[in-house]
Amino acid sequence: MLKQMEGSHAVAEAIALCRPEVICAYPITPQTHIVEGVGELVKSGALENCEFINVESEFAALSVAIGASAAGARAYTATASQGLLFMAEAVYNAAGLGLPIVMTLGNRAIGAPINIWNDHSDAMSMRDAGWMQLFAENNQEAVDLHIIAFRLAEELSMPVMVCVDGFILTHAFERVDIPEQAQVDAFLPPYDPVQVLDPDNPASIGAMVGPEAFTEVRFLAHYKQRQALRLIPALSDDFAKIFGRASGGLLRAYRTEDAETIVVAMGSVVGTIKDVVDELRDEGQKIGVVTLVSYRPFPVEALRDILKTAKHVVVVEKSISVGLGGPLADNTDGVLRNLENRPRLHSAIAGLGGRPITRASLKRLFHDAAHAPWEGPFFLDLNERVVGREIHRVRKVRRSGSTAENILRQLALASHLPQE
Amino acid sequence: MFQIRIHGRGGQGVVTGAEMLSVAAFMEGRHAQAFPSFGSERTGAPVVAFCRIDDKEIRLREPIQDPDCLILQDPTLPRVVDVFSGLRPGGYLLVNTNKTFDDLHLRALADKLPPGHARIVPATELALKHVKRPAPNAALLGAFAALTGLVHFDSVKRAILQAFPGKVGEANSAAAQEAYDLVMVQERAATA
Repeated sequence: MLKQMEGSHAVAEAIALCRPEVICAYPITPQTHIVEGVGELVKSGALENCEFINVESEFAALSVAIGASAAGARAYTATASQGLLFMAEAVYNAAGLGLPIVMTLGNRAIGAPINIWNDHSDAMSMRDAGWMQLFAENNQEAVDLHIIAFRLAEELSMPVMVCVDGFILTHAFERVDIPEQAQVDAFLPPYDPVQVLDPDNPASIGAMVGPEAFTEVRFLAHYKQRQALRLIPALSDDFAKIFGRASGGLLRAYRTEDAETIVVAMGSVVGTIKDVVDELRDEGQKIGVVTLVSYRPFPVEALRDILKTAKHVVVVEKSISVGLGGPLADNTDGVLRNLENRPRLHSAIAGLGGRPITRASLKRLFHDAAHAPWEGPFFLDLNERVVGREIHRVRKVRRSGSTAENILRQLALASHLPQE
Repeated sequence: MFQIRIHGRGGQGVVTGAEMLSVAAFMEGRHAQAFPSFGSERTGAPVVAFCRIDDKEIRLREPIQDPDCLILQDPTLPRVVDVFSGLRPGGYLLVNTNKTFDDLHLRALADKLPPGHARIVPATELALKHVKRPAPNAALLGAFAALTGLVHFDSVKRAILQAFPGKVGEANSAAAQEAYDLVMVQERAATA
């Protein structure tokens, strides 16, 4: 049914349609509306046979989900930013134990300095934890990916994180087609665990594993994610048959057929990039964009197939691996590494801590990639004046104080000066 | 695509206003996107919300920098925020006030827009009269329907009643109706 609704509430409705049996989450901006939404659905009785468990922290939230999942229940949780960090140990445990929990991440920056706005730092902090990570481009996809995520997680017995851009998607009202219960039931069978803690057949999970077997356990985790590279497209096809629309998959190419420049990006920014691609195509430029839906597993072969004929690959990402550059650019570099005629890779860091990513800045970026290429990461819309002054000040003064406060002071002073 | 930017203060229903407008457009079969300016919301602080309306899917996620219509829920905001930034030359301006454009020193700005594109409406007064709360958002949406003709008043009314079922919705709807009628009188006078 088509509805005009907030992204968070659409996700909550999608979760309810997946018939979770245990939901355990702790509120944190910008994920709160999702948890409130599912909480209301449990309380009203719209979501039956589901226990909503209140806990004191994110660490407890995921720990309860782990226990519930190990006991054979379909378990769900959601978090963001510092909340994900607080549950970090349990994040690794859920994956290591092979428990098919689904978690929504309302993507938000990580402090310090504290920042409630959107970027992908939180998802990146757990990219090596062994969870599959899927990124939604819009709220329709946020809904669809959650339904796909439960099936994917349970078929492989491996947890899935569905990444939904905080505020930009979670708080946006837009048109969403909420599926029928019968459709979801046809796509997602009841949870049939591969391992279950059962008092009648006592067993333990979570053994200590020494050097004799740890490599093998890790190899098999990697092997499972490699299997997901085949399963994710298959589930996307299955989804299309039942729901009548394409959603999910490993990645999606937009106007890349004859493209000389191909942009690679994840999440909601792809919508803006598509508009820019259309504008530049109208001006005669051969440009396209690849939406990466699955970040873990990383679809090396599928991405290489699309990028191999390009001259320029521009990676636009909302995270920075401090001391290296963009993690997505780094991963994309690995895709291009052994190509005979490898495209030139251009890395751009954009939208950190909620800075808007505008069409105008993207147009300049894509133009510069072809005409004035740069080395290393390029910070889109960086205020170079502020940065320059702070670097200069730190060089002059030993006790230079906190960077964040110094920059805020600079900006406050500048805002009272006449505009240039 | 038609883009609306709403400026107000925390507690005035700025975000809800943008959301209800998107619902009204959706009810007419159009694509619409509403989103807030993502600040740390608190009562009285300047708040911005955005709404885009189009006949095709809206993919754009940047904040609205060049609105086709500006709705100003609080006329004191121009002193602290550059609310008029980017307003298109052929755009619309709707200001919640019981004063005049001259009183607000906005006459020059209003005159730059095409004739009849700038209107004032005492939305807070109407809200106090009907809703007993100074939340001017619903009344301004009624005025918006009259000023731009972009959405039918019936859709605005239905969107308000969907967001606020029961008596609160009826009261907001009455405020919107009166604001709609006030602006329609001005529209008719202008074309007569």
